[in-house]
Amino acid sequence: MEQFVQQLINGLSLGTIYALIALGYTMVYGILRLINFAHGDVYMVGAFFGYYVARFISTQLGYVPSMLNFFLVLAASMAGCAILGFVIERGAYRPLRRAPRLNALITAIGISLLLENLGQLVFGADPKDFPNLIPRTTLSIGVLTVSNIQLIVVATAIVLTLGLEFIVHRTKMGTAMRAVSFSGDAAGLMGININRVISFTFVLGSALAAAAGILVGLYNPKIDPLMGIMPGLKAFVAAVLGGIGNIPGAILGGLIMGTAETFTVGYLSSTYRDAITFVILVAVLLFRPTGLLGTPARSKF
Amino acid sequence: MIETGKKLRRLSACVGLLSLVVLAATCAPQDKTIRIGVFSSLTGNTATFGISSKYGIQMAADEWNSRGGLLGKPIELIIEDDQSKPEEAALAITKLINQNKVSAILGEIASSRTLAGAPIAQRAGIPLITPASTNPKVTKVGDFIFRVCYTDSFQGVVCARFAVQKLGLKRLAILKDIKNDYSIGLADYFRQNVQALGAQIVTEESYSEGDTDFRAQITSMKAANPEGIFIPGYYTEAGLIAKQVAEQNLNVRLIGGDGWDSPRTVEIGGAAVEGAFFCNHYSAEDTARLVQDFVAMFKKKHNEVPDAMAPLSYDAANLLFAAIQSAGSAEGHAIRDAIASTKDFPGVCGSITIDAERNARKSAIMLQISGGKLKKYDVIYP
Repeated sequence: MEQFVQQLINGLSLGTIYALIALGYTMVYGILRLINFAHGDVYMVGAFFGYYVARFISTQLGYVPSMLNFFLVLAASMAGCAILGFVIERGAYRPLRRAPRLNALITAIGISLLLENLGQLVFGADPKDFPNLIPRTTLSIGVLTVSNIQLIVVATAIVLTLGLEFIVHRTKMGTAMRAVSFSGDAAGLMGININRVISFTFVLGSALAAAAGILVGLYNPKIDPLMGIMPGLKAFVAAVLGGIGNIPGAILGGLIMGTAETFTVGYLSSTYRDAITFVILVAVLLFRPTGLLGTPARSKF
Repeated sequence: MIETGKKLRRLSACVGLLSLVVLAATCAPQDKTIRIGVFSSLTGNTATFGISSKYGIQMAADEWNSRGGLLGKPIELIIEDDQSKPEEAALAITKLINQNKVSAILGEIASSRTLAGAPIAQRAGIPLITPASTNPKVTKVGDFIFRVCYTDSFQGVVCARFAVQKLGLKRLAILKDIKNDYSIGLADYFRQNVQALGAQIVTEESYSEGDTDFRAQITSMKAANPEGIFIPGYYTEAGLIAKQVAEQNLNVRLIGGDGWDSPRTVEIGGAAVEGAFFCNHYSAEDTARLVQDFVAMFKKKHNEVPDAMAPLSYDAANLLFAAIQSAGSAEGHAIRDAIASTKDFPGVCGSITIDAERNARKSAIMLQISGGKLKKYDVIYP
């Protein structure tokens, strides 16, 4: 029983990271019907931004691991990736807005490869150790252990998700996002600046991916330029699993993926870890083609 | 008509240029040097192995060149990076043999990558010496493949005896990398020997190279209540595993193989690897003349204490150069025979005699990580 609960804790911590990445996939899909394959690599760039900012802080400002450091690094990296997301959308996807959907998809794969290889060129192909932003402590509850890092990962993810919910449902921009998602053309006719809404969506999604990058750097302190491929793929599966275009669905999908993976490794074998991910996807899509929380209609968000 | 003539001329110029390029590419370069190929993981997951290995080989080549080279010609090293990937290692070897026409090849630390490249060298009849690939399968590829280190069958005995007899551990767990020949092989030998010594392997978990989250495996191992965990993997994962073991308050002895030997183990693992043991090929603390000279020279050049990959590669390169010298030829078969007849060659990591299986019989050294430094703990003779 203790083992089960401990595995659940492990799984949920991993799942929140998938969930954060999945949010970006799902938002962009909801608005543009585009699967942004470069999203996993934005997450990687986020982790590297964090790595360099943390190193800058440590060399320039004198370095003591603390929560303040963490917030500084998180904010800087989210801002950096927000700009990256904006540039990618402006430079690569917007010119193809009226082109067939397949063109944009292939461009997304191209951007993904570009970021991966540019990353190897600029950051170097060897893995880097993510600096210790927060002093590590472990809390024990009976035989169960939770590290403060796990708590911070989950807490940060919850705060960011609540923030996203607020933006989408309580602000003018959020209303515009939902309108564009419902029908881009109609929203345009009503005077909504569609391009601005789309840019904003990319900015938001990329910032969340950056946050996931920082959290994973904190959690498993090894980052490399190809680290975005597998989590990106799994987050995409998570988004589809939860119902692509659906925000609570992306979070649910992420948590399911994380726990399923952890339980597979814990109780079966690590060999099946990646396979199980896709078995779950196929199984869910067989019975619910729109995903767990997806609705057949075009109403998204 | 004039237009067509111009076009034709341009076309023929193009064809001429192209054929020149092809000619230049197919023509073997003039044999003014002895070309030695090196394939090495200069980037990627195990970059410190490749970089250390490259430094060791370069030091050996520089020394020989300063003494007048080999057979009256300077040694030219052609170094290829395989990005720590087996498929790239195979490509690198193919390029070294077909394009650079090397006389012999030095390389790879990791058994998986040597195994990917060795069959190509064997088919081409180019001798290959691996400095540190310990998996027994490596030299079984064929009679052109040699090594200058001990094998995992020996390393498995050493680690098992150390864990059971020296540390008195009765319940052991194994956490191995299932995508890695070295790790699987070493885990097998360790298990067999631990069981033969009357101790128990209570659980065996696995991961894949490049993983960063080992919490699920560690939680499973914790349930089996081991006294020690054997981690026959490479340094990147070993450091992260140690950290996550500490995070789950699992108070056990950590034991590793020679794949741990990198300054990064301590950098990544920090306090979590303190007190851990691993089996290695040499200790920089060794007082032998050869070792101290090498360490001093390496420190002067690269400003750090060398891990075992540097002196092993230095030994491999020196042995190869000596073999070419005594063969009196840079032809594959002659070099092969000369390497095969090597006896009592004085190396930094111990004297090397190549046996009938093309392996070297050498002693192993147990190191303990203490105060962030590697301390010599025990020497085990074959």
